[in-house]
Amino acid sequence: MSARRSPLAPPRWLGWSLAIGPLVALALFFVWPLVAIGSRGLRWSAVRHVLADHGVARVAWFTLWQAAVSTAATFVVALPLTAAVSRFAFRGRRLVIALVGVPFVLPTVVVATAISATLPRSWDGTVRAIIVAHVFFNVAVVVRTVGAAWTQLDARYEDAARTLGASRVTAARTIALPLLRGPILAASAIVFLFTFTSFGVVRLLGGPRHPTLEVEIYRRAAQQVDLPAASALGLVQLVAVIAVLALWARAGRRRPPASALRNRPPATRARRPAERSFVFLATTVTMVALALPIARLVERSLAVPGGHGLAWYRSLSSAGRGTTRALRPLAAFRTSLTTAFISCVIATVVGALAALALTYTRRGRGRGLLGAGLMLPLGTSAVTIGLGLFVAFGQAPLDLRGSAIMVPLAHALIGIPFVVRALAPTLQAIDPRLHDAAATLGASRWQTFALIDVPLARRTLIVGAGMAFAVSLGEFGATSFLTRRSTPTVPIAIANLLARPGRGNVGQAQALAVLLAGVVTVVFVVTDRFAEAR
Amino acid sequence: MSLDVDSIVVRFADRTVLDSLSFTVASGSITCVLGPSGCGKSTLLRVVAGLLVPDGGRVRIDGVDVTALAPHRRHVGFVFQHDVLFPHLDVGENIAFGLRLARVARAGRAARVGELLELIGLPGYERREVATLSGGEAQRVALARALAPSPKVVLLDEPFGALDRDLHDALVPEVRQLLRALGTTALHVTHDRDEAAVMGDQLITL
Repeated sequence: MSARRSPLAPPRWLGWSLAIGPLVALALFFVWPLVAIGSRGLRWSAVRHVLADHGVARVAWFTLWQAAVSTAATFVVALPLTAAVSRFAFRGRRLVIALVGVPFVLPTVVVATAISATLPRSWDGTVRAIIVAHVFFNVAVVVRTVGAAWTQLDARYEDAARTLGASRVTAARTIALPLLRGPILAASAIVFLFTFTSFGVVRLLGGPRHPTLEVEIYRRAAQQVDLPAASALGLVQLVAVIAVLALWARAGRRRPPASALRNRPPATRARRPAERSFVFLATTVTMVALALPIARLVERSLAVPGGHGLAWYRSLSSAGRGTTRALRPLAAFRTSLTTAFISCVIATVVGALAALALTYTRRGRGRGLLGAGLMLPLGTSAVTIGLGLFVAFGQAPLDLRGSAIMVPLAHALIGIPFVVRALAPTLQAIDPRLHDAAATLGASRWQTFALIDVPLARRTLIVGAGMAFAVSLGEFGATSFLTRRSTPTVPIAIANLLARPGRGNVGQAQALAVLLAGVVTVVFVVTDRFAEAR
Repeated sequence: MSLDVDSIVVRFADRTVLDSLSFTVASGSITCVLGPSGCGKSTLLRVVAGLLVPDGGRVRIDGVDVTALAPHRRHVGFVFQHDVLFPHLDVGENIAFGLRLARVARAGRAARVGELLELIGLPGYERREVATLSGGEAQRVALARALAPSPKVVLLDEPFGALDRDLHDALVPEVRQLLRALGTTALHVTHDRDEAAVMGDQLITL
């Protein structure tokens, strides 16, 4: 890079002017709602009310310890498979890595429905059920994050330890794990964050006896209409989340020494009998454990009185029996798909503008703050976002409660970071010499953008848009606050069905969950196809 | 402490890297294996160390068949091509690593580490961070780490390959002297003919 500014470089004003749109959106639909929460929750009466409430301390403590236990359990379950894929070459290794990610992209209500269909009835409403669901959901985080770093870690460090008298297990414990401290901390922070702010799983599996902060916020706001208390709890939650995110940012910087890394897949096949059985057991046991709830959900959705059939699926297109509101559960799909489409378009446009802004602003504090600001909705819990929008736009001057745009707006807000995170690194990585080459061949600045940058970034833009679409399809936390009675999204419809007694409602919920999982899978497959196509 | 390599065969996917290789290293002697890069020298050392299970053949140490034994039960020392010092441990902890696993008491470990640092000419380096060592120092510490648990056989995989010429020429006779003084059985691979001539009592060309 030369110190001199290239005549081809975009003008200095471009970056920040592109940032205007995303920043206004962020201010209006993210910052302002948070301020609204703050102005309600920070009132002394509300704080005193919440602090004096012993229930709140109990809820906060429960939120904390269930997240800690879930995180620890996730690591225990994920470590054997992580070690296997990091240290051994075996047939199907890439497939295993791909499949382990499936539970992570499933909507939380689908996961909760599947786990509830798998566990014995007596586990309903227990902490154990919550933890099992959290482990199921998050194993992928550990296998992917720690596994990627461990695969890169030069195997000769462990080899050296082994020739010095360390068994494979000792070598992993004394050499690999300390060197992987950064990725391990990062993965535990992510898992902790997800389980700390887990809403769908806790609400559907924990029952009334095990509310976490998220569920309690929802309960106070939506069921007791005690917005000050909900806002005060939201602030507690926000502070906790920011603390974890700060820890995460610090952990991310602590990478293994560069000298210890080399970018190569594991070359060693398991040859010793003990190694072969380890690889076999670690992969099959984990994969079966992850496949089981999904298989069980499908089986249950087909289990009708007196055998198996499509009765629950067929009943989805007719109005619910025994309910006064004549709602066809299948109509929820139309709501969900429309919502996903609108929110995906908004998230893609705003996210692409933001990514371009990040690319064309100069490296420095301003760009760093802009990047961090655009990522904030990702760290904020969905319930906080939902509550914020509910509070901020639920009164004059802007009463949008009951407006059909609220849910897509919330989903777009949650989807933007996915688009930015996919697109910005790609745009920033484009070699400036390509622009020079295009210019010498007669391309104007605009043509260069259209002919070089856009095609190069197309793939990641599609991936980001697909993520935003899929996230919207599964979103539950924010939607719970903003949904309208008459047009629930699919996750809301599933939760409503599960809240009603009787096998019929559960059967319909399971059928809906299977369909939703199917649609999400199709979205990912189609996205992948589009992204790969030339 | 003799080492007996008996008709070792190693195949990777489609090509045979070691085709029925046999030789014996007499107790207390140094054998150099000479050959161009990619000819299977490192593979041979990994087989002897137990880091790679051969497709055929036997490895015997002191007449005992160790082919099925895991690396940590073989009591061999391994010095890698580039020093592979554990970056999260200091120099003393690196050298003491094998002693700790052999359950040598703290005092015994400290004494042995001091003795080895003296031997390699780096006395008082116990608390140094490995990142602050020069290339030659790091390679010497790696040698000390391999020698610390008094292995039956020491395997050296082009240990001087990454050093500049002057350092290389100074270190080669130094290491030879050290290994002789300790009476260590050693298998040393290199692509450098001169180095092999200085180091080895026996020369094998692959």
